[in-house]
Amino acid sequence: MAAVQDAPVEADNEKEIKTETLNDAAGNHASAAGGVIPSPPVASTSSSGPAKAGGPGSEEQQTLMAVLQFLKKNNFVGAVDVLRREAGILEDSDESQGQELAASALGGAEAGDATCTLSRASSCTTSTPAVAAAPAKGARCAVVCVSAGGEDQPDVNVVLSAYSQQGDPALYQGYYSGLKKFVESVLDCHRAELSQLFYPLFVHMYLELVYNNHETEAKAFFEKFSGDQECYYQDDLRVLSGLTKKEHMKGNETLLDFRTSKFVLRISRDSYQLLKRHLQERQNNQIWNIIQEHLYIDIFDGMPRSKSQIDSMSGSLAGEAKREANKAKVFYGLLKEPEIDVPLDDEDEEGENEEGKPKKKKPKKDSMGSKSKKQDPNAPQQNRIPLPELKDSDKLDKIMYMKEATKRIRLGPESLPSICFYTFLNAYQGLTAVDFTDDSSLIAGGFADSTVRVWSVTPKKLRSVKSAADLNLIDKESDDVLERIMDEKSASESKILYGHSGPVYGVSFSPDRNYLLSCSEDGTVRLWSLQTFTCLVGYKGHNYPVWDTQFSPYGYYFISGGHDRVARLWATDHYQPLRMFAGHLADITCTQFHPNSNYVATGSADRTVRLWDILNGNCVRIFTGHKGPIHSLAFSPNGKYLASGATDGRVLLWDIGHGLMIGELKGHTDTVYSLKFSRDGEILASGSMDNTVRLWDSIKAFDDIETDDFTAATGHIHLPENSQELLLGTYMTKSTPVIHLHFTRRNLLLAAGAYNP
Amino acid sequence: MADERRPKQCSLVLPTESMKVMAESVGVGQLQEECCVALSEEVSYRIKEIAQDALKFMHHGKRRKLTTNDIDHALKLKNVEPLYGFQSQEFIPFRFASGGGRELHFYEEKEVDLSDIINTPLPRVPLDVSLKAHWLSIEGVQPAIPENPPPVSKEQQKVESTEPLKAVKPGQEEEGPVQGKGQGVTSAESKGKEKSISRLKPRSTHELSVEQQLYYKEITEACVGSCEAKRAEALQSIATDPGLYQMLPRFSTFISEGVRVNVVQNNLALLIYLMRMVKALMDNPTLYLEKYLHELIPAVVTCIVSKQLCLRPDMDNHWALRDFAARLMAQICKTFSTTNNNIQSRITKTFTKSLLDDKTQWTTRYGSIAGLAELGPDVSVIKTLILPRLSIEGARIKAVVEGPVISNIDKIGADHVQSLLLKHCASVIAKTRPLPDNVDQYRADYGYLGSMLCSHVVKARAQAALQAQQVNRTTLTITQPRPTLTLSQGVSTGSGPRTPNIIKVPSSLTLPVQTLVSTRPVTPAQPSPPATKYIVMSTSTAAATSPQVISLTSSRSSSPITSTAPSSTSTLQPLVKVEHTGQSVTTPGAGGSRTLQKYIVVSLPSAVSSEVKASSLSSPSTAVDSTVKADRTELPGASTHSSH
Repeated sequence: MAAVQDAPVEADNEKEIKTETLNDAAGNHASAAGGVIPSPPVASTSSSGPAKAGGPGSEEQQTLMAVLQFLKKNNFVGAVDVLRREAGILEDSDESQGQELAASALGGAEAGDATCTLSRASSCTTSTPAVAAAPAKGARCAVVCVSAGGEDQPDVNVVLSAYSQQGDPALYQGYYSGLKKFVESVLDCHRAELSQLFYPLFVHMYLELVYNNHETEAKAFFEKFSGDQECYYQDDLRVLSGLTKKEHMKGNETLLDFRTSKFVLRISRDSYQLLKRHLQERQNNQIWNIIQEHLYIDIFDGMPRSKSQIDSMSGSLAGEAKREANKAKVFYGLLKEPEIDVPLDDEDEEGENEEGKPKKKKPKKDSMGSKSKKQDPNAPQQNRIPLPELKDSDKLDKIMYMKEATKRIRLGPESLPSICFYTFLNAYQGLTAVDFTDDSSLIAGGFADSTVRVWSVTPKKLRSVKSAADLNLIDKESDDVLERIMDEKSASESKILYGHSGPVYGVSFSPDRNYLLSCSEDGTVRLWSLQTFTCLVGYKGHNYPVWDTQFSPYGYYFISGGHDRVARLWATDHYQPLRMFAGHLADITCTQFHPNSNYVATGSADRTVRLWDILNGNCVRIFTGHKGPIHSLAFSPNGKYLASGATDGRVLLWDIGHGLMIGELKGHTDTVYSLKFSRDGEILASGSMDNTVRLWDSIKAFDDIETDDFTAATGHIHLPENSQELLLGTYMTKSTPVIHLHFTRRNLLLAAGAYNP
Repeated sequence: MADERRPKQCSLVLPTESMKVMAESVGVGQLQEECCVALSEEVSYRIKEIAQDALKFMHHGKRRKLTTNDIDHALKLKNVEPLYGFQSQEFIPFRFASGGGRELHFYEEKEVDLSDIINTPLPRVPLDVSLKAHWLSIEGVQPAIPENPPPVSKEQQKVESTEPLKAVKPGQEEEGPVQGKGQGVTSAESKGKEKSISRLKPRSTHELSVEQQLYYKEITEACVGSCEAKRAEALQSIATDPGLYQMLPRFSTFISEGVRVNVVQNNLALLIYLMRMVKALMDNPTLYLEKYLHELIPAVVTCIVSKQLCLRPDMDNHWALRDFAARLMAQICKTFSTTNNNIQSRITKTFTKSLLDDKTQWTTRYGSIAGLAELGPDVSVIKTLILPRLSIEGARIKAVVEGPVISNIDKIGADHVQSLLLKHCASVIAKTRPLPDNVDQYRADYGYLGSMLCSHVVKARAQAALQAQQVNRTTLTITQPRPTLTLSQGVSTGSGPRTPNIIKVPSSLTLPVQTLVSTRPVTPAQPSPPATKYIVMSTSTAAATSPQVISLTSSRSSSPITSTAPSSTSTLQPLVKVEHTGQSVTTPGAGGSRTLQKYIVVSLPSAVSSEVKASSLSSPSTAVDSTVKADRTELPGASTHSSH
């Protein structure tokens, strides 16, 4: 419960960090935009300059007030002072503003239920402020903070009231088509960039119409222009089309997301000036207001981007990631492998001939490890995240691993892996999740009937420990006590674990094979012992379905994410989460630990992948570019790259260090449910709902990019259209969707899925 | 792109009438129009919202089908009580009704009799989840095993055979079938043209891997070897294995050469084995046989019309082989005949020619007739080609049977031809010839065979009438989506000498045991074990194969099937429902007070050659008073309905 006690202090720190980033952002923009545009120094584009925060009616001002109010209420005096100092708000103005705010909050009391989604993010109220403020984005961050306290009325009121200013509803179509005409008339090089405006403008104009009860105009507007939008916004448009009344806006999560977060666009300076001039000439205030209030335009100097460049990065619910969102340093290197005393190894080895072999290997390994890893500037400090100490059994396992690694097959385009497919028969469409242990000896399956089943795929059967009474009879001094405690009678090839009360959507083995995690529709994550085959802990926190859970590669920690849009980091011996990662705008659909256990990646239905730092809970990377909910993630074994697969059937490759998309693998025709790199990272395997396993040449995919001298500064890269060259093999199954993939330590590929006749 | 779909998205709102109906159903009588509009908009919006949430559950459940459970979970997400009672595995059968200016879709909920449920034997327990491993790929190459999909789909094989010029990708050795085999008899002129072009294509080789060579050796040895169990396994493998595509040319040559040699050597057994191989190849759904028909058809035709197929024509049952091969031929025609290759008409011509020839032997004659008779899925072939010849054939038979004995072989041949003619013609005449059946008239029309034919026709008519009566009793239709039904029921352990029987569907194609209806009567000494009747249904479209009743009864159960009207109160009046695609039959359970008669109605698709073992249920207590409901589980098993 250290987290709770520390809360006020941490909150303090949070505030400091945040306001600093705010300052930075604002400063950048003031300097960037101020030179060109004479008019009000763009509270529009920048997130919020504290200097201008006093501007009447500005949303940022209100949110700041809300934050202050919340802090006061909870007696975070220090934080209040700091914030006030940073934001330059006088006490009395703060006071009056606060009252105003409160009044409006009461007025909009009915809007309260609209916040259910946000308050959901913070059902764990006390500990939230410590970690919930994770996102580095300015306004958004404040919003989360506020809602975290359960004091969300002001915020939502702000959100919805932003729509209250209205123009003539009949003119909306004119505004939009006017802009359309303008964009069509500009030079080709700017057209693609300015076309990005259409979608967010379309949505906000439609919402404004709906909010102000112009139902028929809204409908006409939608019908006229929805066809112009990019095809990857289909899903959101469908949600939007269902929404025709003001009342519907309450409680609709997608809309709230749209409102609470600014849609981010990246536009070159030239294009932006064109747009600005046009809007000023035409006195098109309606559109200008929307751009100012709901859009975040990230202006860069340089060549305007091409259509394909834009398309590859867009598609997410809230536009692209801001450039500074991906600027933080990420220690993607691997941790140094702990040295393992060779004697232990020798004892294990019986033959004396063998003795020389591992010895020879070991020093080499170690020297290699120390050389490359100690000097690796990208690796985090060994104790950046406290990791559990190795037990003897872990060391034995490490030795086994190294031995197996020496027998590993080198893979490549010329030597493809063999694939062994484990088919679940008679699953009746009920198989929802699969996991293998690292040594490939056990398979776990999660089922829609709330059960978890564990199979042994080696001749060694699954045995549970004897009952307590029987254990008392055992001679504890004997050498084979570990063998004696096992109950021979219970030996079987598979075990069923009962406990969940809803479909099990994720399972994950601990690295030491002693535990199994499962998460379910019932909102719990359960920890099972594979010694006794009973449930040890039920972790409650997500009150909604938990879609995925994953053990850290070093054990002890695990991550879970679900419908409540929050990813939680847990330790097995704490019943409350250590960190909460808030920031996604829709369900978190998949989670993955970085190989060095310092970061976690989460994929979401908002079509972004985020990378979170476990140490401080910050979001350090936001990857946009997917056009559908993301259902699978995989880190490359060297920790440098991330692959993600989505419902649109595409696999995207990301460079973590630079925060860039570096590849797109097209080929699957349905959701990619599983991704895995081979042990040495040469091959990426992907499994999909379209009943295929595909193998991709990942070395080539990464090399092709690295030889290009891309400018990491802009992050605008041309993706080569080389999916076909990278595809090494496609293997059809017999109407069996591929749910999970796993490379054994010797690089044999295991795949699993349920046969759906 | 989705412009057509868009407006639909926008305007999709439940009709206001639905609101009214729903309001009425909960007792609100007069709902104002504005209320309805407001309600329907709200409801439509909420339904869409729930559907969108439910989709999430579907995606995470890794399914393509949205289930009722997903909806339940989505409701739960919104803190709404789930809908109870909509547990449906597949679709929910909504029904439509209109009338009184209203259109309704409703979910039909039948009243369920509890006693029915209690008395119904428990359905089979669904199989438990199990894990099975196989090689999806070995070092980058997908092995051709049944667990994997066929390496080259049938469509692709077809494309390759019809478009030989299509570029073959280097390195893909599965592609490119054997060319250069003489495309003789069967290929039409169009194919001939192709052949000349196809020389341009680089000849691709069909190299078999070592495993495949071993497999080929094993299979061919097993198929013609002496061990019947092995043979059954080998044939099963041929019929199901998806990876045989590579070996198909070899199998084809094996069969054609085998027939050529064994016809000369009169080795009946081997010919039968080879024909079974042809049958197995045809049963394999992954093979595209068209390219090899030129080898297979001559082999099959040989087995139908060859003068001599066995060493001792007077002793051996080569007739069965001819029958089998004839059916096989009919199946080939049915599957592969197109306007291009004209297989059917050419085969018909061949048979007719040998039938018309005076010098043909009895064996060949038999084969031609059998071949023709099987060919005609309807009456036309028999009517136009065989009936006019009846008197001539009759005269010829008469000459052999009544004339001076020339040879025993001829006599046997004549006998067989006679019974074959009677069998096939009687049913046709029964359908086409108007009543009455006058023996003299028949004799005048059909000559020597007339009198026998007449009695056969009378029998056939009686049977047809009987079935018609049954068919007319249709009361309930249960449509079962699966057409393949095989059925087996545990052999009874009861004391009575009930005879488990194997019943062949008339159009089934299994050799050599082609038979049977054992006629051994049930001993009438004990009245308790009721006689068993079998009704065999075939789903073949031919009208001739409508239900056929095979009575196994002794004189004891003299009551014909039509005797219905259970006068006694003790017996229920169970209905026997027959699962039958598109058609259903109800047989009234005939019951005296105690001696219950049992019907087992079996529905079989024509294509399935299966042995149906049926026997009465062991314990009468379960069988009595119960209508065995169709097993609605997913098992592709059978549906039997038995009742007393």
